[in-house]
Amino acid sequence: MDPFTRVEAVAAPMDAANIDTDQIIPIHQLRDLQRPHGDYARSLFHNHRFGPDGSEDPTFVLNLPAYRQARILVAGDNFGCGSSREMAVWALRDFGFRVLIASGFGDIFLRNCAMNGVLTVTLPAATCGALRRQLHEAPGVVVSVDLPNQTVKGPDGVLHAFEIDAFRKACLLRGMDELDLALEQAVAIVAWEADRDRVSPWVAL
Amino acid sequence: MPTVLSIPRTLFDKIWDAHVVADGPAGYQLIYVDRILLYEGAAPSFAMLAKRGLKIRKPTHVLAVADHFAASGPLASLSSAGREAIDQLERACREHGVAYLPPDHPDQGIVHVIGPETGFTLPGTVMICGDSHTSTNGAFGCIAFGVGATEIANGLAAQCLWQSKPRVMRINLDGKSAPWVGAKDIVLEIIRRIGASGATGYAIEFAGETVRAMSMESRMTLCNMAIEAGARFGLIAPDETTFAWLRGRRFSPGPGSWRAAMSAWRTLASDVGARFDTELAISVENIVPMVSWGTSLDDVASITAGVPNAGASRTTGDAVFQRKLHYMGLAPGTRLETLPIDRVFIGSCTNSRLEDLRIAAAVLRGQRAVVPGLVVPGSQAVRRAAEAEGLHRVFIDAGLVWAQPGCSMCCALNGDAAQPGERVASTSNRNFEGRQGPGVRTYLMSPAMAAAAAVAGRITDVRKLKAR
Repeated sequence: MDPFTRVEAVAAPMDAANIDTDQIIPIHQLRDLQRPHGDYARSLFHNHRFGPDGSEDPTFVLNLPAYRQARILVAGDNFGCGSSREMAVWALRDFGFRVLIASGFGDIFLRNCAMNGVLTVTLPAATCGALRRQLHEAPGVVVSVDLPNQTVKGPDGVLHAFEIDAFRKACLLRGMDELDLALEQAVAIVAWEADRDRVSPWVAL
Repeated sequence: MPTVLSIPRTLFDKIWDAHVVADGPAGYQLIYVDRILLYEGAAPSFAMLAKRGLKIRKPTHVLAVADHFAASGPLASLSSAGREAIDQLERACREHGVAYLPPDHPDQGIVHVIGPETGFTLPGTVMICGDSHTSTNGAFGCIAFGVGATEIANGLAAQCLWQSKPRVMRINLDGKSAPWVGAKDIVLEIIRRIGASGATGYAIEFAGETVRAMSMESRMTLCNMAIEAGARFGLIAPDETTFAWLRGRRFSPGPGSWRAAMSAWRTLASDVGARFDTELAISVENIVPMVSWGTSLDDVASITAGVPNAGASRTTGDAVFQRKLHYMGLAPGTRLETLPIDRVFIGSCTNSRLEDLRIAAAVLRGQRAVVPGLVVPGSQAVRRAAEAEGLHRVFIDAGLVWAQPGCSMCCALNGDAAQPGERVASTSNRNFEGRQGPGVRTYLMSPAMAAAAAVAGRITDVRKLKAR
């Protein structure tokens, strides 16, 4: 995973609450399970970006010229709710998004973002609303996200502080892989298993 | 006599604490995973293991089944994408020594139906699956949650995952529900009250006399829908109903360890005085049949209600509300009981077990469905049991299709999609735009309500239908 420090980039607004992972990547984009990583950009918000005949919907936010290179998304509440499909994060990442800012995220989606080095920033609903308004007013303006200092700078230059748990921050800053960290605990895992097999032997199959 | 050390703990705490292998930074803990359920969606996880040259740590702790792509018709009707996905799963399981249930296996079914059916799901364990409705399994008093492909790979390789402990919400359900009102209505009403993100960041423990009186199948419906309120985890303390279900199943503790297991399982309850981060008390007596009318689980209402007027919804601004109405083809204020439907789906990990089919059959017996529909039993075992009771004849005589088990129309991955614009009365769990096919309009409801809708050709109050 690439380490994450700072991103200063065009931000795109999506105003609706409850944008679920079926919207982010619909099921018909998941039928081919062999698609390589890096190939999911074309599937992002497929039913919204493209009409039934495959042509682009010119009114969808990510099809607007100003936002086609967006690397930051500012959304509403409960972004990424619904299905656990990690391909939703792959589609966002392959399209170019590095930071997602919202007033709330689905819990499974949050974990999937962490697995892929995509930073999720939770800010109050009013702040997200104000940021989105600025993005609508001046499409193509830039937002800055600073992970070490935990700040988001809006187009108006105002700094907004965000919280992030130290573990997730460290993993992002160093590009650390959670599996490597788990496998380092091999001795503790073996010891725990031995205890479990003694106390609840019926669990081991 | 409680000591300083015996702080009352919740059920969730007890299972969580017992599974901590190591403490990590910033409150994260390495949690042992006793059980991993897989289905066709595991392909990227296997690819990740292959790429890193890793093996599955405990193949015996893993069970795989073909469900999302499984054909609801005869085996030969499997789509080519389905054939490929299922073959791939079979190959990966053979390579890794993982037990696998193909579409025609006598124990096959929807992953969250067969986990409990086979005794693979046990009280006091931690379980993961690459599917958000893994919470279903929590009905057995375990910590069961959905994860993405990477965490499945990590769990397979290390048998542990780094996790941050969620907050715990207890929802106490008391009273007896009215006739024709069941677990699906109760959980839709809970979601109506707390919202589609009301339990984000939480594990929900369902408790109270109503829960104690519920069958395992009803408890599974409650826990299944926890994720639709935002909670990755839904769980219910095990009791005699749980033990009676588990006895003698394929992976349940055998006779030699049964008593020891029961003895351990009896400690799995929230202590008196345990502190919950949030607690709700709901009396179920006044809950009526519920229906979703929109494209989010925020959009649920009682059958007696109407489509809201603009501005009535909690989290939607006007543009979002207009989009919902446009997608669903609804006018504000329209009474839900008048809405026509074009198709019915009785199935999914939420409501496809024997109890659900019995209820649907009770509504459909002697009646004809006026719309096409699919009744998809949750597993081969459910299918056999339903046929032994003649339930299939009720569905077939009503004009519905009696299908082979699988996820089917819930997510339409196997090709079972309604047509664009069709309104589907569905016993599944999500009404999102395009969920059941592009442009498909989903109305979520209970098996009794879906059966009634099939007879009436519109959304209707099953209580009135059955009172005639």
